[in-house]
Amino acid sequence: MSTTSSNAIHSKGFAKTLRDDKWWVYPGLVLFGLLSFLIYGMWSALQADFYWYSAGQAGFGGYLAPFYSPLLFIKEGVDGAAPLQHAIFGAWPTWWPSWIPPSPSLLILAIPGVFRFTCYYYRKAYYRAFTGTPPACAVGALPRKGKSGYRGEKGLMRIQNLHRYTMYFAMFYILVFFYDAYLSFFRNGEFGVGLGSILLLGNPILLACYSFGCHSIRHLLAGRRDCYSCSAGGNISHKNGKIVTWLNQRHELFAWLSLIWIVLADFYVRMVSMGYITDPNTWGL
Amino acid sequence: MSKRKFRIYRGEQEHGELVNYETEVKEGMVVLDVIHKIQAETANDLAIRWNCKAGKCGSCSVEINGKPKLSCMTRMNEYSEDETITVTPLKTFPVIKDLVTDVSWNYTQNERIKPLKLAPAAKTEKGYVMYQKDVDRVQEFRKCIECYLCQNVCHILRDHDKKDEFIGPRFMIRVAGLEMHPLDIEDRIPELKEDYGSGMCNITRCCTTVCPEHINITDNGIIPLKERVVDRYYDPLTILWRKFFGRKKKKLPPIKK
Repeated sequence: MSTTSSNAIHSKGFAKTLRDDKWWVYPGLVLFGLLSFLIYGMWSALQADFYWYSAGQAGFGGYLAPFYSPLLFIKEGVDGAAPLQHAIFGAWPTWWPSWIPPSPSLLILAIPGVFRFTCYYYRKAYYRAFTGTPPACAVGALPRKGKSGYRGEKGLMRIQNLHRYTMYFAMFYILVFFYDAYLSFFRNGEFGVGLGSILLLGNPILLACYSFGCHSIRHLLAGRRDCYSCSAGGNISHKNGKIVTWLNQRHELFAWLSLIWIVLADFYVRMVSMGYITDPNTWGL
Repeated sequence: MSKRKFRIYRGEQEHGELVNYETEVKEGMVVLDVIHKIQAETANDLAIRWNCKAGKCGSCSVEINGKPKLSCMTRMNEYSEDETITVTPLKTFPVIKDLVTDVSWNYTQNERIKPLKLAPAAKTEKGYVMYQKDVDRVQEFRKCIECYLCQNVCHILRDHDKKDEFIGPRFMIRVAGLEMHPLDIEDRIPELKEDYGSGMCNITRCCTTVCPEHINITDNGIIPLKERVVDRYYDPLTILWRKFFGRKKKKLPPIKK
């Protein structure tokens, strides 16, 4: 028996641990994934052009980049912009400051952004990757300075309790994206299928799988009850709970799939609109 | 059979060190077996708490290569033959001796929780009647063996040492089990927010990761409780509803004759 060894076990401090595995892989991947998404999202939103493609056809149909949907206002005369009849409120407002690009995306990105920000899965992801509380299990958390130290979600992060409201709005986006997908199967009123239509259809399907697995929906549909056999709606609530729980158990998977897919779909429409990619489709255009 | 290297913590809370040991390991051994073998061969005074050796008593919780685990359920073949295995006591609780920690703080947290209060009207000739689908959720929490691995890995207790502000994941699921009980009529939501510290948890899910009983502590216990706190204190719609219509009276399961 030899007795030479460290006496500094369990030392405190950020990232201090006795773990010898690659614990930094998960927060590293999350950091890369979420930063890439934020950078692409901001870049795409600030472009304010090439978000629409319909092969020059003015009739019903066309591809709309998901980051620009729904189109509240449209500025005409911009390259790759949708025709004005697609705007919910009409032409671009005159009060819009000239130093901000006239991008329809900037008007609507905040809602899905806040939905994902307050999501119970993403909290795990970014608390680990961005704020280091903790970076991984049994790995030293970033010490909190100040009088009260770590406050969790009791201080400023109390805003996380808004999650169920952002969820209500996010449900509206699923309907909007399904309508966009429907639109993408038509060009000048003629039905067809293009790679863009398939990408735009996948987007709301994955988003629905992510959103309907939300912990707040699970609570509202089933979790808030203590007893399913006590009242008339209990059976339905119990069955709903099983479906939502199935999705909820895959919340992380659908969170990432829907995030990656929306970037792919947005980028694809932009590239097709700019003419860098030729969309394979049945219209022959 | 092969000779394997170990580093085991020896000492008390303030003074201690990692001591190197070598011993022969046979096929099928778990880490607790090895510790007992070292105890028998070279370190007769090595202290470890253990009891059932079957992953059901929750006594032998330690940290193996930095990960909180039950030593009786950690097989040696999880580690490569040339790897030195480091065994240390739980970080969150004070060391009594070697691998034994003082976990009595947890017992005091348990005492703070309002116990089950059964609805008197629920008592029938057959006793208290419940249906399986109403107790499925609660039964998951009843699997807890109180090994305190979740309490140990929770960074609020482990790194930020906020033991006065958060009761920890084990007791959050105890509260969840009581709150979701179909016959319980006690209200613990105010305590949950103010005293038990539901707002301190930031959902990083380490408690769920280390649970040897695979209880989904975060998704099935803590998050539903946080949503109940939102219902009571943060959701203006549910707050308004209660102002106008009062709090819902608890309904009890029907008695089938």
